[in-house]
Amino acid sequence: MLIIECPYCGKRTEDEFGYGGQAHVPYPEDPHALSDAQWAQYLFYRDNPKGSYRERWVHSAGCRKWFNAVRDTRTYEITSTYLGAGS
Amino acid sequence: MSQRDLPQHPKFLWHNPEPARHYDAIIVGGGGHGLATAYYLAKNHGITRVAVLERGWLAGGNMARNTTIIRSNYLWDESAAMYETSLKLWEGLENELDYEIFFSQRGVLNLAHTLQDVRESVRRVEANRLNGIDAEWVDPQQVKELCPIINIGQEIRYPVMGATYQARAGIAKHDWVAWAYARRASEMGVDLIQNCEVQGFVMDGDKVTGVKTNRGTIYSDKVGLAAAGHTSVLTQLAGFRVPIQSHPLQALVSELHDIIHPTVVMSNHVHVYVSQAHKGELVMGAGVDPYNGYGQRGSFHIIEQQMSAAVELFPAFARAHLLRTWGGIVDVTLDASPIMGLTPVQGMYVNCGWGTGGFKAVPGAGTAFAHTIAHDEPHPLNEPFALDRFETGALIDEHGASAVAH
Ligand SMILES: Cc1cc2nc3c(=O)[nH]c(=O)nc-3n(C[C@H](O)[C@H](O)[C@H](O)COP(=O)(O)OP(=O)(O)OC[C@H]3O[C@@H](n4cnc5c(N)ncnc54)[C@H](O)[C@@H]3O)c2cc1C
Ligand SMILES: [Zn+2]
Repeated sequence: MLIIECPYCGKRTEDEFGYGGQAHVPYPEDPHALSDAQWAQYLFYRDNPKGSYRERWVHSAGCRKWFNAVRDTRTYEITSTYLGAGS
Repeated sequence: MSQRDLPQHPKFLWHNPEPARHYDAIIVGGGGHGLATAYYLAKNHGITRVAVLERGWLAGGNMARNTTIIRSNYLWDESAAMYETSLKLWEGLENELDYEIFFSQRGVLNLAHTLQDVRESVRRVEANRLNGIDAEWVDPQQVKELCPIINIGQEIRYPVMGATYQARAGIAKHDWVAWAYARRASEMGVDLIQNCEVQGFVMDGDKVTGVKTNRGTIYSDKVGLAAAGHTSVLTQLAGFRVPIQSHPLQALVSELHDIIHPTVVMSNHVHVYVSQAHKGELVMGAGVDPYNGYGQRGSFHIIEQQMSAAVELFPAFARAHLLRTWGGIVDVTLDASPIMGLTPVQGMYVNCGWGTGGFKAVPGAGTAFAHTIAHDEPHPLNEPFALDRFETGALIDEHGASAVAH
């Protein structure tokens, strides 16, 4: 089980958290200008790196706030957590 | 049902050749899908100058780690066609490959625990029947008759309200399936090359002409990717993305027991699935870890959740000892359906996104993928599963509908 450091509450076990996938995926600035292919990229395509990954977590059984984490998808080691856009 | 003795493992199942410089087709990934594809390329299309490149050992990925449940009771027509074609092939596979695979059609129960489950299950039964697939709705008493050790009492948090039952569904011995395909493919001239990792591609404009590996460059103008959880790592090297996320999925076994669990029981709602292996281990699985991962191990709290569900449903399990747990890396798409077909790179084909359920698809998908590679166009079975469905919006959304949460 991962130990995740909520920036608000401190270190808690993984089962208190929900996962939100890749971080820093902004809503399109001008949605009307997007082609179907661009919409598909926005809706369905996410990075899936083998290595360092910036991702979203929510402390659902705690303060219920969203934050970002940098985690290695090979070792599962979380090197930092931080507040990001929309936190 | 009686226990069967496993046959001895024959010493020489396939050759271990050095890679040649050129092939008519290269398959990346020596799991069930890669091996079946190579076999059907040789058998159905006469293309035998084929290499299967496997970075580890043959069928040591998800193929060696899955809980081997085979069924075809999926909701949507496209999935039903793929899995039912596979199930029919499973029914003849031991004969076709002339090798024991211990395919045991002991039936699969998909339990319903809420009113919503019940409605969804009955709908799926009707959809299955319209597609010519055997399916029944069974009430709690009938569930108990099919699996006497199950608890159908009202005192538990989510009592059993009934189940769908597919009698032709079952399990097979996964390693033997892989070895059976490997042996036949090798006999027909396919080169199975282990410890050979694809690390890049050779391109001529937007066409692929070969692969770079730790054992040198190997040329072919047809390259099929069947690398399960690693597909996006490969497509990134080829310059395009696939909408998959890799997740750890784990399973576990108990020590050996007498045969007490005659069928396969799955529950989407409390999320555990159980069968009993031929030798007697209770084989159990649950859901994926929510986060992306390539670590081939899963989280402990998933085991806790699945065990509490299992012990409520099967009180006898409370005294069973857990013997071993392990994990695989499954490739999940947003509509919980596979991706199979052409790619933006000419001559490169992809077969991925099977998530938690691709073992059952091995024969049908292998047939369809071989056709796709041989003819440079999809087989009718995999046409709906093309990459462009994420652009057109023609998603085949099997989340929940397929009776398992991904
Ligand atoms: C715990 C668990 C339980 C499951 N239970 C079921 C079940 O009950 N029923 C069911 O139908 N399905 C089940 N599945 C899913 C099923 O195992 C997969 O969908 C299926 O095995 C995927 O296809 P494959 O066999 O070809 O993949 P794999 O066996 O993973 O094959 C892919 C191969 O590609 C190789 N590879 C990767 N990158 C490279 C590279 N760069 N170069 C060369 N080789 C490479 C890997 O080493 C691997 O051997 C389960 C999976 C897991 C993990
Ligand atoms: Zn918090």
